[in-house]
Amino acid sequence: MTKTGDKSCINLKLKVWRQKGPDVKGRFETYKTRDVSTDMSFLEMLDVVNEEMILSGKDPIAFDHDCREGICGACGAVVNGRAHGPEKGTTLCQLHMRHFSNGDTVVIEPWRSRAFKVVKDLVVDRSVFDEIIQAGGYISVNTGGAPDGNAIPVPQAAAEKAMDAAACIGCGACVAACPNASAMLFVGAKISQFTLLPQGLPEAKKRALAMIGKMDELGFGNCTNEAECEKECPKEISIENIARMNCEFFKAGFL
Amino acid sequence: MQWDLNWFICTLRSSIGKKLIMALTGLGFCIFLIAHLAGNLTIYAGEDAFNSYAERLQALGSLVVLAEIGLLFFAVAHVFIGAYLFYENFRARPERYLIKKNAGGRTIGSVTMPYTGLFILFFIVLHLIDFHFVEKTDQTIYQIILETFSNPGYAFFYIVSMIIVATHVSHGFWSAFQTLGVYNSEYMSLLRVMGTIFSLAVGLGFGFLPIYILFIS
Repeated sequence: MTKTGDKSCINLKLKVWRQKGPDVKGRFETYKTRDVSTDMSFLEMLDVVNEEMILSGKDPIAFDHDCREGICGACGAVVNGRAHGPEKGTTLCQLHMRHFSNGDTVVIEPWRSRAFKVVKDLVVDRSVFDEIIQAGGYISVNTGGAPDGNAIPVPQAAAEKAMDAAACIGCGACVAACPNASAMLFVGAKISQFTLLPQGLPEAKKRALAMIGKMDELGFGNCTNEAECEKECPKEISIENIARMNCEFFKAGFL
Repeated sequence: MQWDLNWFICTLRSSIGKKLIMALTGLGFCIFLIAHLAGNLTIYAGEDAFNSYAERLQALGSLVVLAEIGLLFFAVAHVFIGAYLFYENFRARPERYLIKKNAGGRTIGSVTMPYTGLFILFFIVLHLIDFHFVEKTDQTIYQIILETFSNPGYAFFYIVSMIIVATHVSHGFWSAFQTLGVYNSEYMSLLRVMGTIFSLAVGLGFGFLPIYILFIS
Protein backbone atom coordinates (compact mmCIF):
# COMPACT_ATOMS: atom_id res chain seq x y z
CA MET A 1 0.00 0.00 0.00
CA THR A 2 1.14 3.51 -0.69
CA LYS A 3 0.76 6.43 1.64
CA THR A 4 0.77 10.21 1.28
CA GLY A 5 4.32 11.52 0.98
CA ASP A 6 5.52 8.18 -0.36
CA LYS A 7 7.87 8.48 -3.36
CA SER A 8 5.68 6.09 -5.32
CA CYS A 9 2.75 8.54 -5.03
CA ILE A 10 2.37 11.57 -7.26
CA ASN A 11 0.03 14.52 -7.49
CA LEU A 12 -1.23 15.53 -10.92
CA LYS A 13 -3.23 18.25 -12.58
CA LEU A 14 -5.55 16.75 -15.19
CA LYS A 15 -6.92 18.81 -18.07
CA VAL A 16 -9.68 16.64 -19.48
CA TRP A 17 -11.96 17.15 -22.49
CA ARG A 18 -15.56 17.12 -21.29
CA GLN A 19 -18.38 16.88 -23.80
CA LYS A 20 -21.90 15.88 -22.81
CA GLY A 21 -22.94 14.46 -26.18
CA PRO A 22 -22.13 14.25 -29.91
CA ASP A 23 -23.74 17.56 -30.85
CA VAL A 24 -22.89 19.51 -27.70
CA LYS A 25 -19.90 21.83 -27.58
CA GLY A 26 -17.12 20.42 -25.41
CA ARG A 27 -14.50 22.12 -23.25
CA PHE A 28 -11.51 21.34 -21.08
CA GLU A 29 -11.97 20.98 -17.33
CA THR A 30 -9.16 20.89 -14.82
CA TYR A 31 -9.04 18.44 -11.93
CA LYS A 32 -6.44 18.02 -9.23
CA THR A 33 -5.71 14.46 -8.23
CA ARG A 34 -3.60 13.56 -5.20
CA ASP A 35 -1.67 10.48 -4.14
CA VAL A 36 -1.76 8.63 -7.45
CA SER A 37 0.21 5.40 -7.06
CA THR A 38 2.84 5.10 -9.77
CA ASP A 39 1.97 1.40 -9.99
CA MET A 40 -1.49 2.30 -11.32
CA SER A 41 -2.31 2.14 -14.99
CA PHE A 42 -3.58 5.31 -16.64
CA LEU A 43 -7.14 3.96 -16.66
CA GLU A 44 -6.93 2.98 -12.97
CA MET A 45 -5.91 6.55 -12.24
CA LEU A 46 -9.04 7.72 -14.11
CA ASP A 47 -11.10 5.16 -12.14
CA VAL A 48 -9.91 6.73 -8.88
CA VAL A 49 -10.68 10.23 -10.14
CA ASN A 50 -14.15 9.06 -11.22
CA GLU A 51 -14.87 7.41 -7.85
CA GLU A 52 -14.17 10.70 -6.11
CA MET A 53 -16.33 12.56 -8.63
CA ILE A 54 -19.24 10.16 -8.15
CA LEU A 55 -18.98 10.53 -4.36
CA SER A 56 -19.11 14.29 -4.66
CA GLY A 57 -22.12 14.07 -6.99
CA LYS A 58 -20.33 15.05 -10.23
CA ASP A 59 -20.61 13.40 -13.64
CA PRO A 60 -17.66 10.99 -14.02
CA ILE A 61 -15.33 11.16 -17.02
CA ALA A 62 -16.57 8.75 -19.72
CA PHE A 63 -13.86 6.66 -21.37
CA ASP A 64 -13.81 3.41 -23.33
CA HIS A 65 -12.10 0.33 -21.91
CA ASP A 66 -12.52 -3.41 -21.93
CA CYS A 67 -9.72 -5.98 -21.53
CA ARG A 68 -7.16 -3.66 -19.90
CA GLU A 69 -4.47 -6.02 -21.23
CA GLY A 70 -3.63 -4.10 -24.39
CA ILE A 71 -5.27 -6.54 -26.79
CA CYS A 72 -8.88 -5.46 -27.35
CA GLY A 73 -8.50 -2.00 -28.88
CA ALA A 74 -11.28 -0.40 -26.84
CA CYS A 75 -9.28 2.19 -24.90
CA GLY A 76 -7.46 5.19 -26.23
CA ALA A 77 -7.04 8.93 -25.75
CA VAL A 78 -4.51 11.52 -26.75
CA VAL A 79 -2.39 12.17 -23.65
CA ASN A 80 -0.17 15.26 -23.74
CA GLY A 81 -0.28 15.28 -27.53
CA ARG A 82 0.50 11.58 -28.02
CA ALA A 83 -2.02 8.88 -28.97
CA HIS A 84 -2.11 6.29 -26.12
CA GLY A 85 0.38 8.44 -24.22
CA PRO A 86 4.14 8.84 -24.53
CA GLU A 87 5.24 5.19 -24.39
CA LYS A 88 6.04 3.29 -27.61
CA GLY A 89 3.95 0.28 -28.60
CA THR A 90 1.53 0.66 -25.70
CA THR A 91 -2.22 1.05 -25.38
CA LEU A 92 -3.57 3.54 -22.84
CA CYS A 93 -4.52 0.75 -20.39
CA GLN A 94 -0.92 -0.49 -20.42
CA LEU A 95 0.54 2.94 -19.78
CA HIS A 96 1.60 3.21 -16.16
CA MET A 97 1.69 6.27 -13.95
CA ARG A 98 5.42 5.73 -13.30
CA HIS A 99 5.98 7.49 -16.61
CA PHE A 100 4.66 10.72 -15.09
CA SER A 101 6.30 12.97 -12.50
CA ASN A 102 4.91 14.66 -9.44
CA GLY A 103 3.24 17.96 -10.33
CA ASP A 104 2.78 17.17 -14.04
CA THR A 105 -0.13 18.62 -15.97
CA VAL A 106 -1.71 15.87 -18.06
CA VAL A 107 -3.89 16.92 -21.01
CA ILE A 108 -6.35 14.18 -22.01
CA GLU A 109 -8.27 14.51 -25.29
CA PRO A 110 -10.41 12.13 -27.35
CA TRP A 111 -9.32 10.87 -30.81
CA ARG A 112 -10.09 13.83 -33.07
CA SER A 113 -11.35 13.11 -36.57
CA ARG A 114 -14.40 14.03 -38.60
CA ALA A 115 -15.05 10.30 -39.06
CA PHE A 116 -14.93 9.56 -35.29
CA LYS A 117 -17.76 11.44 -33.61
CA VAL A 118 -17.38 12.10 -29.90
CA VAL A 119 -20.06 10.14 -28.04
CA LYS A 120 -19.21 11.57 -24.63
CA ASP A 121 -16.03 13.02 -23.10
CA LEU A 122 -13.24 10.67 -24.25
CA VAL A 123 -15.50 8.10 -25.91
CA VAL A 124 -15.58 8.24 -29.71
CA ASP A 125 -17.71 6.29 -32.17
CA ARG A 126 -15.39 4.05 -34.17
CA SER A 127 -18.15 2.12 -35.92
CA VAL A 128 -16.83 3.56 -39.21
CA PHE A 129 -14.03 0.99 -38.88
CA ASP A 130 -16.70 -1.73 -38.76
CA GLU A 131 -18.24 -0.30 -41.92
CA ILE A 132 -14.87 -0.60 -43.69
CA ILE A 133 -14.52 -4.22 -42.55
CA GLN A 134 -18.10 -5.00 -43.63
CA ALA A 135 -17.28 -3.61 -47.08
CA GLY A 136 -14.65 -6.29 -47.75
CA GLY A 137 -12.47 -7.17 -44.77
CA TYR A 138 -13.30 -10.85 -44.84
CA ILE A 139 -12.86 -14.03 -46.88
CA SER A 140 -15.78 -16.11 -48.09
CA VAL A 141 -15.52 -19.73 -47.01
CA ASN A 142 -18.00 -22.49 -47.78
CA THR A 143 -19.16 -24.42 -44.76
CA GLY A 144 -18.27 -28.07 -44.49
CA GLY A 145 -15.69 -30.27 -42.82
CA ALA A 146 -12.61 -28.58 -41.32
CA PRO A 147 -9.90 -28.33 -44.03
CA ASP A 148 -6.66 -30.20 -43.56
CA GLY A 149 -4.14 -28.04 -41.69
CA ASN A 150 -1.42 -27.98 -44.34
CA ALA A 151 -3.53 -28.41 -47.48
CA ILE A 152 -2.66 -24.87 -48.62
CA PRO A 153 1.07 -24.13 -48.44
CA VAL A 154 1.90 -20.72 -46.89
CA PRO A 155 5.52 -19.50 -46.92
CA GLN A 156 6.74 -18.78 -43.38
CA ALA A 157 7.81 -15.22 -44.26
CA ALA A 158 4.36 -14.43 -45.69
CA ALA A 159 2.65 -15.93 -42.64
CA GLU A 160 4.79 -13.72 -40.37
CA LYS A 161 3.99 -10.55 -42.32
CA ALA A 162 0.28 -11.42 -42.42
CA MET A 163 0.36 -11.97 -38.67
CA ASP A 164 2.14 -8.62 -38.15
CA ALA A 165 -0.67 -6.91 -40.09
CA ALA A 166 -3.35 -8.94 -38.29
CA ALA A 167 -2.01 -7.65 -34.96
CA CYS A 168 -4.12 -4.52 -35.60
CA ILE A 169 -6.64 -4.15 -32.79
CA GLY A 170 -8.60 -1.40 -34.55
CA CYS A 171 -8.11 1.11 -31.72
CA GLY A 172 -7.97 4.11 -34.07
CA ALA A 173 -4.67 5.53 -32.81
CA CYS A 174 -3.43 5.72 -36.42
CA VAL A 175 -6.28 8.07 -37.33
CA ALA A 176 -5.80 10.05 -34.11
CA ALA A 177 -2.04 10.44 -34.65
CA CYS A 178 -2.19 11.17 -38.39
CA PRO A 179 -1.78 14.90 -39.13
CA ASN A 180 -4.51 14.38 -41.76
CA ALA A 181 -6.77 12.02 -39.76
CA SER A 182 -6.27 9.35 -42.41
CA ALA A 183 -7.26 5.72 -41.82
CA MET A 184 -4.81 4.23 -44.30
CA LEU A 185 -2.74 2.27 -41.77
CA PHE A 186 -5.88 0.55 -40.48
CA VAL A 187 -7.15 -0.25 -43.98
CA GLY A 188 -3.63 -1.14 -45.15
CA ALA A 189 -3.23 -3.64 -42.30
CA LYS A 190 -6.67 -5.16 -42.89
CA ILE A 191 -6.04 -5.55 -46.63
CA SER A 192 -2.50 -6.88 -46.14
CA GLN A 193 -3.44 -9.60 -43.69
CA PHE A 194 -5.54 -11.24 -46.43
CA THR A 195 -3.48 -10.37 -49.48
CA LEU A 196 -0.38 -12.03 -48.02
CA LEU A 197 -2.17 -15.37 -47.65
CA PRO A 198 -3.47 -17.68 -50.40
CA GLN A 199 -6.92 -17.74 -48.80
CA GLY A 200 -7.26 -14.00 -49.32
CA LEU A 201 -6.26 -13.92 -52.99
CA PRO A 202 -9.54 -14.90 -54.74
CA GLU A 203 -11.30 -11.78 -53.43
CA ALA A 204 -8.25 -9.47 -53.41
CA LYS A 205 -9.45 -7.08 -56.15
CA LYS A 206 -13.00 -6.77 -54.92
CA ARG A 207 -11.73 -6.29 -51.37
CA ALA A 208 -9.27 -3.50 -52.23
CA LEU A 209 -11.82 -1.52 -54.23
CA ALA A 210 -14.65 -1.96 -51.74
CA MET A 211 -12.65 -1.17 -48.58
CA ILE A 212 -10.84 1.85 -50.05
CA GLY A 213 -14.09 3.11 -51.62
CA LYS A 214 -15.79 2.89 -48.23
CA MET A 215 -12.85 4.56 -46.45
CA ASP A 216 -13.03 7.52 -48.88
CA GLU A 217 -16.77 7.82 -48.37
CA LEU A 218 -16.46 8.11 -44.57
CA GLY A 219 -14.54 11.39 -44.50
CA PHE A 220 -11.06 10.34 -43.41
CA GLY A 221 -8.15 12.45 -44.61
CA ASN A 222 -5.52 11.45 -47.18
CA CYS A 223 -2.19 9.85 -46.36
CA THR A 224 0.85 12.09 -46.89
CA ASN A 225 3.39 9.46 -45.78
CA GLU A 226 4.26 11.19 -42.50
CA ALA A 227 4.60 7.80 -40.72
CA GLU A 228 3.13 9.17 -37.47
CA CYS A 229 0.63 6.26 -37.48
CA GLU A 230 3.42 3.69 -37.48
CA LYS A 231 5.12 5.41 -34.55
CA GLU A 232 1.93 5.63 -32.47
CA CYS A 233 0.42 2.23 -33.32
CA PRO A 234 0.31 0.18 -30.10
CA LYS A 235 0.99 -2.90 -32.24
CA GLU A 236 3.78 -1.14 -34.17
CA ILE A 237 2.27 -1.95 -37.57
CA SER A 238 4.52 -0.77 -40.40
CA ILE A 239 3.55 1.70 -43.14
CA GLU A 240 4.84 -1.01 -45.48
CA ASN A 241 1.21 -2.19 -45.25
CA ILE A 242 0.03 1.14 -46.72
CA ALA A 243 2.39 0.65 -49.68
CA ARG A 244 1.04 -2.88 -50.11
CA MET A 245 -2.53 -1.55 -50.03
CA ASN A 246 -1.65 1.05 -52.69
CA CYS A 247 -0.19 -1.71 -54.83
CA GLU A 248 -3.32 -3.85 -54.40
CA PHE A 249 -5.51 -0.87 -55.26
CA PHE A 250 -3.58 -0.12 -58.48
CA LYS A 251 -3.75 -3.80 -59.47
CA ALA A 252 -7.50 -3.82 -58.84
CA GLY A 253 -8.22 -0.39 -60.30
CA PHE A 254 -6.07 -0.38 -63.43
CA LEU A 255 -5.39 -4.00 -64.42
CA MET B 1 -19.19 4.78 -55.90
CA GLN B 2 -19.83 2.97 -59.20
CA TRP B 3 -16.65 1.01 -59.70
CA ASP B 4 -17.74 -0.76 -62.86
CA LEU B 5 -18.53 2.48 -64.72
CA ASN B 6 -15.77 4.90 -65.59
CA TRP B 7 -13.41 2.67 -63.68
CA PHE B 8 -10.30 4.56 -64.74
CA ILE B 9 -11.61 7.98 -63.64
CA CYS B 10 -12.99 6.46 -60.44
CA THR B 11 -9.61 4.97 -59.59
CA LEU B 12 -7.88 8.31 -60.16
CA ARG B 13 -10.49 10.25 -58.17
CA SER B 14 -10.07 8.06 -55.08
CA SER B 15 -7.76 9.05 -52.23
CA ILE B 16 -5.03 6.71 -53.47
CA GLY B 17 -5.59 7.80 -57.08
CA LYS B 18 -4.92 11.43 -56.14
CA LYS B 19 -1.81 10.33 -54.27
CA LEU B 20 -0.73 8.45 -57.40
CA ILE B 21 -1.00 11.60 -59.53
CA MET B 22 1.00 13.57 -56.92
CA ALA B 23 3.66 10.85 -56.91
CA LEU B 24 3.97 10.52 -60.70
CA THR B 25 4.04 14.27 -61.39
CA GLY B 26 6.47 14.72 -58.46
CA LEU B 27 8.80 12.09 -59.88
CA GLY B 28 8.48 13.86 -63.25
CA PHE B 29 9.79 17.03 -61.57
CA CYS B 30 12.63 15.00 -60.00
CA ILE B 31 13.68 13.87 -63.49
CA PHE B 32 13.45 17.49 -64.65
CA LEU B 33 15.62 18.56 -61.69
CA ILE B 34 18.27 15.99 -62.66
CA ALA B 35 18.32 17.24 -66.26
CA HIS B 36 18.30 20.91 -65.18
CA LEU B 37 21.08 20.33 -62.64
CA ALA B 38 23.19 18.36 -65.13
CA GLY B 39 22.90 21.28 -67.56
CA ASN B 40 23.65 23.93 -64.96
CA LEU B 41 26.74 22.06 -63.76
CA THR B 42 28.38 23.24 -67.01
CA ILE B 43 28.56 26.67 -65.30
CA TYR B 44 31.33 25.18 -63.14
CA ALA B 45 33.19 24.39 -66.41
CA GLY B 46 33.17 28.06 -67.40
CA GLU B 47 31.26 30.63 -69.44
CA ASP B 48 31.84 29.08 -72.87
CA ALA B 49 30.79 25.60 -71.77
CA PHE B 50 27.55 26.97 -70.31
CA ASN B 51 26.69 29.15 -73.32
CA SER B 52 27.32 26.28 -75.72
CA TYR B 53 25.12 24.01 -73.56
CA ALA B 54 22.37 26.66 -73.71
CA GLU B 55 22.71 26.92 -77.51
CA ARG B 56 22.53 23.16 -77.98
CA LEU B 57 19.47 22.98 -75.75
CA GLN B 58 17.76 25.70 -77.82
CA ALA B 59 18.70 23.84 -81.00
CA LEU B 60 16.49 20.94 -79.92
CA GLY B 61 13.59 23.24 -80.83
CA SER B 62 10.22 21.52 -80.75
CA LEU B 63 11.48 18.84 -78.33
CA VAL B 64 12.08 21.58 -75.74
CA VAL B 65 8.63 23.04 -76.35
CA LEU B 66 7.10 19.59 -75.95
CA ALA B 67 8.93 19.07 -72.63
CA GLU B 68 7.80 22.53 -71.48
CA ILE B 69 4.15 21.78 -72.26
CA GLY B 70 4.51 18.45 -70.42
CA LEU B 71 6.00 20.18 -67.36
CA LEU B 72 3.28 22.83 -67.39
CA PHE B 73 0.63 20.10 -67.49
CA PHE B 74 2.37 18.28 -64.61
CA ALA B 75 2.62 21.50 -62.62
CA VAL B 76 -1.08 22.27 -62.98
CA ALA B 77 -2.00 18.74 -61.85
CA HIS B 78 0.50 18.74 -58.94
CA VAL B 79 -0.54 22.19 -57.67
CA PHE B 80 -4.31 21.78 -57.96
CA ILE B 81 -4.52 18.23 -56.64
CA GLY B 82 -2.05 19.13 -53.89
CA ALA B 83 -4.20 22.10 -52.89
CA TYR B 84 -7.35 19.97 -52.94
CA LEU B 85 -5.69 17.28 -50.77
CA PHE B 86 -4.57 19.98 -48.34
CA TYR B 87 -8.18 21.20 -48.08
CA GLU B 88 -9.54 17.65 -47.64
CA ASN B 89 -6.96 16.85 -44.98
CA PHE B 90 -7.75 20.05 -43.12
CA ARG B 91 -11.47 19.22 -43.24
CA ALA B 92 -10.87 15.69 -41.92
CA ARG B 93 -10.18 17.07 -38.43
CA PRO B 94 -12.70 19.83 -37.63
CA GLU B 95 -11.72 20.03 -33.94
CA ARG B 96 -7.93 20.38 -33.53
CA TYR B 97 -5.90 19.01 -30.62
CA LEU B 98 -4.93 21.33 -27.79
CA ILE B 99 -1.53 19.64 -27.75
CA LYS B 100 -0.17 17.51 -30.58
CA LYS B 101 3.37 16.20 -30.48
CA ASN B 102 5.52 14.60 -33.14
CA ALA B 103 5.74 10.86 -32.46
CA GLY B 104 8.95 10.57 -34.48
CA GLY B 105 7.59 9.96 -37.98
CA ARG B 106 7.42 13.53 -39.24
CA THR B 107 10.45 15.32 -40.66
CA ILE B 108 11.03 18.99 -41.49
CA GLY B 109 10.33 18.05 -45.10
CA SER B 110 7.06 16.24 -44.42
CA VAL B 111 5.65 18.85 -42.01
CA THR B 112 6.32 21.75 -44.36
CA MET B 113 5.31 20.01 -47.62
CA PRO B 114 2.29 22.22 -48.54
CA TYR B 115 4.11 25.42 -47.58
CA THR B 116 7.40 24.61 -49.31
CA GLY B 117 5.29 23.59 -52.31
CA LEU B 118 3.52 26.95 -52.39
CA PHE B 119 6.84 28.76 -52.08
CA ILE B 120 8.32 26.72 -54.95
CA LEU B 121 5.37 27.73 -57.16
CA PHE B 122 6.11 31.38 -56.38
CA PHE B 123 9.82 30.82 -57.02
CA ILE B 124 9.22 29.07 -60.37
CA VAL B 125 7.09 31.95 -61.65
CA LEU B 126 9.84 34.44 -60.70
CA HIS B 127 12.56 32.15 -62.05
CA LEU B 128 10.80 31.84 -65.44
CA ILE B 129 10.37 35.63 -65.66
CA ASP B 130 14.04 36.20 -64.79
CA PHE B 131 15.70 33.58 -66.98
CA HIS B 132 13.21 32.07 -69.42
CA PHE B 133 11.09 34.95 -70.72
CA VAL B 134 13.93 37.47 -70.41
CA GLU B 135 15.11 39.36 -73.52
CA LYS B 136 18.14 37.40 -74.79
CA THR B 137 18.92 39.17 -78.10
CA ASP B 138 21.88 41.33 -77.06
CA GLN B 139 23.36 39.30 -74.20
CA THR B 140 24.22 35.67 -73.58
CA ILE B 141 22.41 33.67 -70.92
CA TYR B 142 25.64 33.57 -68.87
CA GLN B 143 25.72 37.39 -68.81
CA ILE B 144 22.11 37.46 -67.66
CA ILE B 145 22.91 35.05 -64.84
CA LEU B 146 25.99 37.04 -63.85
CA GLU B 147 23.98 40.26 -63.79
CA THR B 148 21.08 38.80 -61.83
CA PHE B 149 23.26 37.12 -59.22
CA SER B 150 25.43 40.24 -58.77
CA ASN B 151 22.51 41.56 -56.72
CA PRO B 152 23.32 40.05 -53.27
CA GLY B 153 19.65 40.17 -52.27
CA TYR B 154 18.69 38.06 -55.27
CA ALA B 155 21.58 35.64 -54.70
CA PHE B 156 20.45 35.18 -51.09
CA PHE B 157 16.82 34.64 -52.19
CA TYR B 158 18.00 32.06 -54.73
CA ILE B 159 20.05 30.13 -52.15
CA VAL B 160 17.15 30.10 -49.67
CA SER B 161 14.84 28.93 -52.46
CA MET B 162 17.16 26.04 -53.26
CA ILE B 163 17.22 24.99 -49.60
CA ILE B 164 13.41 25.00 -49.69
CA VAL B 165 13.37 22.92 -52.90
CA ALA B 166 15.77 20.44 -51.27
CA THR B 167 13.49 20.25 -48.20
CA HIS B 168 10.45 19.56 -50.39
CA VAL B 169 12.31 16.87 -52.32
CA SER B 170 13.68 15.26 -49.12
CA HIS B 171 10.15 14.08 -48.32
CA GLY B 172 8.78 13.96 -51.85
CA PHE B 173 11.28 11.56 -53.39
CA TRP B 174 10.90 8.51 -51.11
CA SER B 175 7.26 9.36 -50.48
CA ALA B 176 6.48 8.98 -54.19
CA PHE B 177 7.81 5.42 -54.15
CA GLN B 178 5.85 4.62 -50.98
CA THR B 179 2.72 5.84 -52.77
CA LEU B 180 3.57 3.79 -55.87
CA GLY B 181 3.44 0.73 -53.64
CA VAL B 182 7.06 -0.20 -52.93
CA TYR B 183 6.40 -2.42 -49.92
CA ASN B 184 9.76 -4.15 -49.80
CA SER B 185 11.44 -2.70 -46.70
CA GLU B 186 14.99 -3.19 -48.03
CA TYR B 187 14.20 -1.20 -51.19
CA MET B 188 12.44 1.40 -49.04
CA SER B 189 15.51 1.99 -46.83
CA LEU B 190 17.60 2.36 -49.98
CA LEU B 191 15.09 4.81 -51.48
CA ARG B 192 15.10 6.87 -48.28
CA VAL B 193 18.91 7.16 -48.49
CA MET B 194 18.67 7.99 -52.20
CA GLY B 195 16.09 10.68 -51.39
CA THR B 196 18.46 12.29 -48.88
CA ILE B 197 21.36 12.17 -51.35
CA PHE B 198 19.15 13.56 -54.11
CA SER B 199 17.89 16.45 -51.99
CA LEU B 200 21.46 17.28 -50.91
CA ALA B 201 22.59 17.17 -54.56
CA VAL B 202 19.77 19.53 -55.56
CA GLY B 203 20.37 21.89 -52.64
CA LEU B 204 24.14 22.05 -53.02
CA GLY B 205 24.29 21.76 -56.82
CA PHE B 206 21.95 24.69 -57.46
CA GLY B 207 22.47 26.59 -54.20
CA PHE B 208 26.24 26.85 -54.63
CA LEU B 209 25.90 28.41 -58.12
CA PRO B 210 25.56 32.07 -56.99
CA ILE B 211 28.49 31.69 -54.58
CA TYR B 212 30.64 30.17 -57.34
CA ILE B 213 29.69 32.80 -59.92
CA LEU B 214 30.16 35.76 -57.57
CA PHE B 215 33.23 34.76 -55.55
CA ILE B 216 35.12 31.95 -57.22
CA SER B 217 34.91 32.16 -61.03
